[in-house]
Amino acid sequence: MSLLLLIEQVLNGVQFGLMLFLMAAGLTLVFGVMGLINLAHGSLYMVGAFACAAVAAATGSFWLGLAAALGAAAAAGALVEVVVIRRLYNRDHLDQVLATFALILMFSEGTRWAFGSFPLYLDVPAVLAGSVTLPGGIVYPEFRLALIGVGLAVAAVLFWLIGRTRIGVRIRAGEADREMIAALGVDIGRLYTVVFALGAALAGLAGALVGTVQSVQVGMGEPVLILAFVVIVIGGIGSIRGALLGSLLVGLTDTLGRVLLPQAFALAMEASAANAVGSALASMSIYILMAAVLVWRPGGLFGAPA
Amino acid sequence: MRTMTIVAVAVGLMGGSASAEPVKVGMITTLSGGGAGLGIDVRDGFQLALDQAEGHEVELIVEDDQQKPDVAVQIADEMIQSEDVDILTGIIFSNLAMAVVPSATAQGRFYLSANAGPSQLAGEMCHENYFSVSYQNDNMHEAAGAHANDAGYGRVFIMAPNYPAGQDSLTGFKRFFEGEVAGEVYTQLGQTDYAAEIAQIRASDADAVFFFLPGGMGISFLKQYDQSGVELPLIGPAFSFSQDILPAVGEAALGARNTAQWSPDLDNAANQAFVASFREAYGRTPSLYASQGYDTANLILSALETAHPDDADAFRSAVEAADFESTRGDFAFGPNHHPIQDIYVREVVEADGELTNRIVGVALEDHADAYADQCRM
Repeated sequence: MSLLLLIEQVLNGVQFGLMLFLMAAGLTLVFGVMGLINLAHGSLYMVGAFACAAVAAATGSFWLGLAAALGAAAAAGALVEVVVIRRLYNRDHLDQVLATFALILMFSEGTRWAFGSFPLYLDVPAVLAGSVTLPGGIVYPEFRLALIGVGLAVAAVLFWLIGRTRIGVRIRAGEADREMIAALGVDIGRLYTVVFALGAALAGLAGALVGTVQSVQVGMGEPVLILAFVVIVIGGIGSIRGALLGSLLVGLTDTLGRVLLPQAFALAMEASAANAVGSALASMSIYILMAAVLVWRPGGLFGAPA
Repeated sequence: MRTMTIVAVAVGLMGGSASAEPVKVGMITTLSGGGAGLGIDVRDGFQLALDQAEGHEVELIVEDDQQKPDVAVQIADEMIQSEDVDILTGIIFSNLAMAVVPSATAQGRFYLSANAGPSQLAGEMCHENYFSVSYQNDNMHEAAGAHANDAGYGRVFIMAPNYPAGQDSLTGFKRFFEGEVAGEVYTQLGQTDYAAEIAQIRASDADAVFFFLPGGMGISFLKQYDQSGVELPLIGPAFSFSQDILPAVGEAALGARNTAQWSPDLDNAANQAFVASFREAYGRTPSLYASQGYDTANLILSALETAHPDDADAFRSAVEAADFESTRGDFAFGPNHHPIQDIYVREVVEADGELTNRIVGVALEDHADAYADQCRM
C-alpha cells in the first residue's frame, strides 16, 4: 500500500472520529454533569437528520436544513429533559436505562409515523459536492474535508465554553458537587436543561452532517450510540478532552483496521481467507481497544481513577 | 356450539379442499433498522396477494426480527410452540435464515423463503420442507459476473458484507466472471461509512466495481461513491439498486446495471396487474422484495387449494408443482426446491418522474443454482 493511500485512510479515520466526537461530547457531558445514562441520545441524532432532510427537501436549501436540524434536536432535547429526564436524576441507572430506552422506541415509532419507513433523500450542498486534490495528489471529497473542519471547530468552541466561560465554570462545578453549587444560588434545574439541549444540538448536528453522506432512516442512531458509548468509556466519563481523544482513537482504529488487517493476514494466508479473517477481526478492533484501555486505566484515559 | 363443531368437522371430512381449518402463516421479517425497507416490501407484497384472493383461510402473523438472529430464533420458537403456525416465511437476511430454518423444518414446519437463499440450505443442509421462492443467493451475482464478461470488463473490484449472503455473493460473481479480480473486500454488515473502501477502489486499477450492499448500506455507499469523484462504472445485484433505496440515492444511481429475476417492467399479465395494484394499494412502485412476497403468498394459496399443511406430503407436492401465476412469468422449482429461472440485466433509469429499473437484456436463461447436486432429500 502506498503512503498516499495510507494518508488518505488516516484522513478518513480522523473524519469518522470527529463525527463520533459530536455525539460523544453531548453524551459525556450529560453523564458527567448529571450522572445520567441517556440511551435516547441516538434518537436526537436521528431527529437532526430527519429535520435536515425534511427542511432541505421542502426549501431546497441544505443550509436551512442544517439550521433546522440544530433547532429541532435542541428543542427535542430540552423538551425530553423537562418532561422525562428531570424525574430520573435521583433514580438509579437501571431506571434511567429503562426510561430512555422507552424514549428510543417512542422516537422511532413517531418518526416512522411521520415520515414512513423508507429512507429519505438528502444530498450534499452543491458548493461542496465535488472533490479537491490535496498536496501530494490525494483526491478527497470536499464535503468530508468540511466535516473535519466542522468537527475541529466544534471541539475548539466546546473547550473554550467549558474552560473559559461562566457557564463552563458552572458545568464543571455541577460535575464536582451538585448540592454545593445549588446552595450557592445557581439554578441547577435550568443549567441541566441547557446542558442537555446543548448535547442534543450537537447530536442533531452530527445526524444532519452524517445523514448527508449516509442514509437517513429510522433507527440510524443506535449503531452510532454504541460507538459513542465506547468512545466515552475509553476517554473517561465526563471528560471532553477524553471524548475527543477517544473519538479519534476509535475512528482511526476502525478505519485503519478495516484496511490493514486483511492485508496483514494476506501475507500469511490465502487471499479470500485472509479477507474473511481480517474483516472479522476488524469489526472487533474497537472493542479490543476498549478492553485494552480499561485494563491499563480502569477509569478511561482522562477519567477519575476508579 | 356443539352443532357448530359437528358441522365444522363434517365439512372438514367432506372436502379434499383445505378451506375448513385456517392455515397459520408466521412471517418473521425485518421491519426496523437499516433493512426495514426490505421487510416492509415483502410483507406488503404478501398481504396484497392475500387481499386479492377470495375465500382463503390464511391467518398471517407478522413479527419484526430487528435484523438480529437471536430475536428471529425467539420469534420462531414462539410462533411454532405457542401459535402453532403451519408455515414460516419472510426472513430477509441469510444469517437469520441460517439460525431459524434448520430448526423450524426439523420441527415439521414448512419454510418458504421470500428472500434469503443461503448456499448451505440449497446444498448439504437442504430439507424437504424448505423452499426458496425467491432465488438461491448466488444467482444474481453469477448473472452479474456473466454480464461483466459481456460488457468487456477485464478487471473488476468486488465488495460485499461479511455474512453468509455476502460470501455467496462474491463466490457467485467469481464463478461466472472470466476476467481478473482487481480487489476483493468484505465490509461489516450494517456498515455506513465506505471512505476506506472507496479509497481502495481508487487505488486499484479496476475497469468496474461490483458491489452487493442491500438497504441502507447501499444508499450510503452510492452517495459516498458519487461524491468521491471515482468514475468507474458500477454493477451489482438488484439489491444494490432496488426500488426501496433509489429515491434516497437520487441521480447517483442513474445508468447503473444490475441483475435480477424480476423487474417492474417485466412483460407478462400477472406482473403488470401486480405492479398496478401494488401502486394503487400502497402509493409506491414495488421493489424486487415486494414481488417475492407476492409470489410466495400466491404459491402458498395455490398449494392450499389442493392440500392442507397438516397433510405434509400432499402439501409438499402441491408446492413443488408451483401451479400459480408468478410475476416472473414461467416458474419452476429445481430438485433442491430452489427456482430455475431467467436472470435479467436491468438499468437504473428515470421514468415518469421517478427512478426505477428497466430490463435491457437477459444475463442467464433458465438458470439453476450450483448446489443442487449436493442436496440429498
